[in-house]
Amino acid sequence: MARELLVQYLIAGLTYGVIYAVVGIGFNIIYNATGIINFAQGEFVMLGGMIAVTLHGFLPLPAAIAGAVVLTMAVGALVEMLFIRWLVKPSVLRMIIITIGVSILLREAALLLWGNAVRALPYFTGNEVTSVGILGARVSPQVLWAVGVCLALVAAITAWFRWTSWGRQMRACAANRVAASLCGLPTRNLVTLSFVLSAGMGALAGCVVSPITQTQYSVGAGLAIKGFTVAILGGLGNSLAAVAAGLLLGVLESFSVSLLPTAYKDAISIAVLLLILFVRPTGLFAARLTSRV
Amino acid sequence: MLRIRNLDVAYGPVTVLRRISLHVNPGEVVAIVGANGAGKTTLLKAVSGLVRPRAGEIALQGREVSRESAERIVALGCSHVPEGRQVFASMSVHENLLMGAHVQLRRGRKDQVKADLERVYRLFPVLEKRQRQFAGTLSGGEQQMLAMGRALMARPALLMLDEPSMGLAPLVMKDIFATVSRISAEGSTVLLVEQNARGALKIAHRGYVLETGRIVLSGTAEELLANRDVQRAYLGREAAAEPERGRP
Ligand SMILES: Nc1ncnc2c1ncn2[C@@H]1O[C@H](COP(=O)(O)OP(=O)(O)OP(=O)(O)O)[C@@H](O)[C@H]1O
Ligand SMILES: [Mg+2]
Repeated sequence: MARELLVQYLIAGLTYGVIYAVVGIGFNIIYNATGIINFAQGEFVMLGGMIAVTLHGFLPLPAAIAGAVVLTMAVGALVEMLFIRWLVKPSVLRMIIITIGVSILLREAALLLWGNAVRALPYFTGNEVTSVGILGARVSPQVLWAVGVCLALVAAITAWFRWTSWGRQMRACAANRVAASLCGLPTRNLVTLSFVLSAGMGALAGCVVSPITQTQYSVGAGLAIKGFTVAILGGLGNSLAAVAAGLLLGVLESFSVSLLPTAYKDAISIAVLLLILFVRPTGLFAARLTSRV
Repeated sequence: MLRIRNLDVAYGPVTVLRRISLHVNPGEVVAIVGANGAGKTTLLKAVSGLVRPRAGEIALQGREVSRESAERIVALGCSHVPEGRQVFASMSVHENLLMGAHVQLRRGRKDQVKADLERVYRLFPVLEKRQRQFAGTLSGGEQQMLAMGRALMARPALLMLDEPSMGLAPLVMKDIFATVSRISAEGSTVLLVEQNARGALKIAHRGYVLETGRIVLSGTAEELLANRDVQRAYLGREAAAEPERGRP
């Protein structure tokens, strides 16, 4: 394979990879706080992109994105308060069904609101044909935006968990919920916060990739599967591992296109997911006692 | 400080505590002793708001708290060191202590928290050495110290300890009991739940004996230590050996 092509595939893989990583971390944040796998995670990404496109009709791009992130966070809070908060010790199965229900609800609401048209935000800098050279390959500057923003997001969320009071409280709540309430931490609100955070992260990721991948009411489910694969691959709850797993999956998918028909691209993550669940259900990087999140 | 009247607690249809009445005066160390499954943990959980009593009153510093949330009860001045330590394993020792200080930090008392941190490190020098270590990597005794330190960071008027000596080597156990005495001497009120009746009664002022959900005996620590029934049931024959206790 020519080197330019190789770089091209690699960069495409990394672009998707960071998105998967962000969705995967969204899964982790909620999983850590509650033990719930939130299958509506992909819908947050979809909502971010769709709301931003709508807001961009009358707002400048940065404001539209900020607005979309804030609104999606509000949706995240609402989801938690309406469907999760009042449950006392729900079973895992019940939670899965509830979050899948929520994802269908959000998807149908989006269909009603926006129809099934495919939309996209404009490129943040330049347009479809603008490109920059990296090691001989031509890539859209939007790719750099996506990678840059997602990596910054991961760094910011990591720092937030480590050094802010709210972040620490969420880690405490994740580590031991009973002990957290015995310390007087507002555990219920922390759970709401975990939904708000992962909704916000998903929405921002949805905005930065929207110019490249476009967005439609139904993109959430696919992203949820990718993100879930990444979260499992990294060992649920471990965010740095999720980043590694995300990049791995993105690159794997991207290179698969050179070997398999494009239609099989999405099958890769399902295959990886099944393989991991069979062979190493604790994730690739498990076993050490590490700080989660 | 604490006054419980006719407390009933049930898990579903199973009544675990029946008509419990007890009180703890300011400055006292009160021990509750009883065998496996007697309901000791349940009693503390009812006070700290982790389980809802079915009936009865729990007054903390004269204030009825039996319907309050666990978070609120900490803020009202009662800290519960749960059975099995329950430290935040994936957080550092220092962070664990900061979490304990949450109710104080929320009131904006940063300087006081700093002083309290020094106090905890003075009580448990080993914790200071391990400040940056993950709590999950500490030994059982150290985790118990951390759990107690974390509770003290909230400046509780009443400190409740659930089997602090559980699973510890005899020397460490002694150390923990000595520290409880010291905490009490520094002005805290302590409610101590133990299967290790001898260790607990030695440092307590008064005690209650809990048997299958009922208080069957109460008195000063000396009275209980001298009581025939208590000796037979909880203190074993030889004075020296502490009963070995396994755990499911
Ligand atoms: N969550 C629960 N649901 C149902 N029953 C429970 C629950 N927790 C405890 N029990 C039952 O309540 C009774 C009292 O339990 P509790 O844990 O309060 O006893 P304990 O005196 O603390 O015992 P131990 O010395 O083993 O800690 C036991 O019979 C136990 O099986
Ligand atoms: Mg117990």
